[in-house]
Amino acid sequence: MTMLKTLAPYEVKSRDAVENYKGRQLLYVNWERHRMFSRPFVLALPPETPFSVIIDQYMTDCFSYHPDWKQIDWNTVVWQNGNTPFTPDRNKSLKENGIGHKDLIRFRTPGLDGIAGTGY
Amino acid sequence: MDMKVAKKLGLKERYSLMTRDLAWDTTYQPMDKVFPQTTYEGIKIHDWDKWEDPFRLTMDAYWKYQAEKERKLYAILDGFNQNNGHLSVTDARYINVLKLFLGSTPPLELMAARGFSMMGRQMNGAGPRVACQMQAVDEYRHFQTQIHSISNYNKYYNGMDEFAHQQSRMWYLSDGKSFFDDAITAGPFEFMVAIGFAFEYVLTNILFVPFISGAAYNGDMAAMTVGFSAQSDEARHMTLGLECIKFMLEQDPDNLPIVQRWIDKWTWRGTRKLASVGMMMDYMLPKRIMSFKEAWEMYVEENGGALFKDLARYGITIPKCFGQTIEEKEHVTHQSWIGFYMKPQATPFHTWIPTSDEMDWLSEKYPNTFDKYYRPVLEHLDAQEKAGNRFDNKTAPMNCQVCVSTMKFNEPGDPLEMCFRESIYKGEKFHTCSDHCKEIFDNEPEKYIQTFISSHQVLQGNCEPEGTDVNAADFKPGQNMLDYWKLDKRALGDFNGSEDQKNFAAWREQATKN
Repeated sequence: MTMLKTLAPYEVKSRDAVENYKGRQLLYVNWERHRMFSRPFVLALPPETPFSVIIDQYMTDCFSYHPDWKQIDWNTVVWQNGNTPFTPDRNKSLKENGIGHKDLIRFRTPGLDGIAGTGY
Repeated sequence: MDMKVAKKLGLKERYSLMTRDLAWDTTYQPMDKVFPQTTYEGIKIHDWDKWEDPFRLTMDAYWKYQAEKERKLYAILDGFNQNNGHLSVTDARYINVLKLFLGSTPPLELMAARGFSMMGRQMNGAGPRVACQMQAVDEYRHFQTQIHSISNYNKYYNGMDEFAHQQSRMWYLSDGKSFFDDAITAGPFEFMVAIGFAFEYVLTNILFVPFISGAAYNGDMAAMTVGFSAQSDEARHMTLGLECIKFMLEQDPDNLPIVQRWIDKWTWRGTRKLASVGMMMDYMLPKRIMSFKEAWEMYVEENGGALFKDLARYGITIPKCFGQTIEEKEHVTHQSWIGFYMKPQATPFHTWIPTSDEMDWLSEKYPNTFDKYYRPVLEHLDAQEKAGNRFDNKTAPMNCQVCVSTMKFNEPGDPLEMCFRESIYKGEKFHTCSDHCKEIFDNEPEKYIQTFISSHQVLQGNCEPEGTDVNAADFKPGQNMLDYWKLDKRALGDFNGSEDQKNFAAWREQATKN
């Protein structure tokens, strides 16, 4: 553990604690092997938001620039929450899908490895 | 009768009189209470007089040397400006590198000045105290001369005038700000390792030698002069950092694990900060002198490696991240440039796709990676741009909780995969970009849970006008960002078609035609 000794008690609140988001929570989304977007994006949404909104609105807005987007076979998509495999239910909310504050949703699209197989 | 002339004092005696002799031990308050920070990191110092300043620089000599250097610097700057030096650079694209430099480097020099002023107050011994004060003055000078050297360009090109406002607000400046915030809020000894060693050594060597040589190759006498003038100070600063490390290690064996941890931490933090300097070298200099990879090999692997060998006699081992930095030197500049290219509406400098000649240069310099992983992407983006569909990713990025870089680095050993690490502290998740950043977080979580992450601030509504309701149906995060950043609209977007590009061409035309 830390070797830092402090002169006085040192306890602070997280700058990104869920209460700072006024009823919403942070969600990160990453399309694996499509790093043209270079980074996952982040949203702040109410936990009641249906997962379908994430796909149809936010993911589509961001990722549809990529030529692979139209070729996705959604039946074969592999989902992870962080490093844990999971299967989202489109019609259920973030909360019902067990997605908490600052979770990172990663999805893989087998056979689609970015521009010329570069992972971009 | 012969006149008796007192012998002139030797350098050592003068140094002693003008440093150690200026100090005193307190009488009505214990020394520990006057210098409380020198003990709280766990570093044990038994004899401050063992501190040996390798330069033995005193204030009177300092004024003399630096004044002479400044006179030369300002003479060259004046000559450059009076001869319309802003038109003699290779290409208007070059000026964007100065916009990035001006936004990031001078504010960090100012932070260094503040830091060394604080450490000069906190160091218990007179030797390091004087050395810190002198370095603080250097840092102030660097801050001022860098701004001055670039100010001529500000008369002609867009996007340079709000760097002071943008420093604590712009997303891509957060990594440097975080580096210094982290250092300045540490104890005095950690600050010396962070800035005196990692920043001065890892960063300034590459910034002020190969990059500044690049400025010279591109016809920028102003940046070249200020860079080389600064570098002669940086050499002394590195030696001060190294002296502090040796001093700590020689004073007590208990200091070794603490110093080792700081060396591991700050070498990695410096490496992450260098990704943008590498991008300046590989992508933003129209006339290139050496690749970032070559600079890394020369300045970090060879020179830095020799330094660690020198410290081995104290028990210091090579930083844990060294292997990963060697792998990443093949990738980081390409990943960073693509990262900036995709945000044309969010930086006060322009981006572009390299020409085919430039891509050939990159292929030659990066034979293992460029053609396989990055050329096809750049060519794809180029074709899209030419078809009127320029890439503009409007989403807010995810950032590392420690280095604050956007998450764009690959998993070690697999260039196709993104690297994500996660820690849980007091029930909250914290994401990091690498094993090394995760280790830094896990060691001092209380510190890093306060990290300022620009994209999160947008989502909290902290970048909006007073009274904005983040839960209103029409709230769109980021819609007021240009105002929040004070970002000049003329400085946005692709280089092709920009006002800078048009003006540069028109002014050059005037200079060569009737």
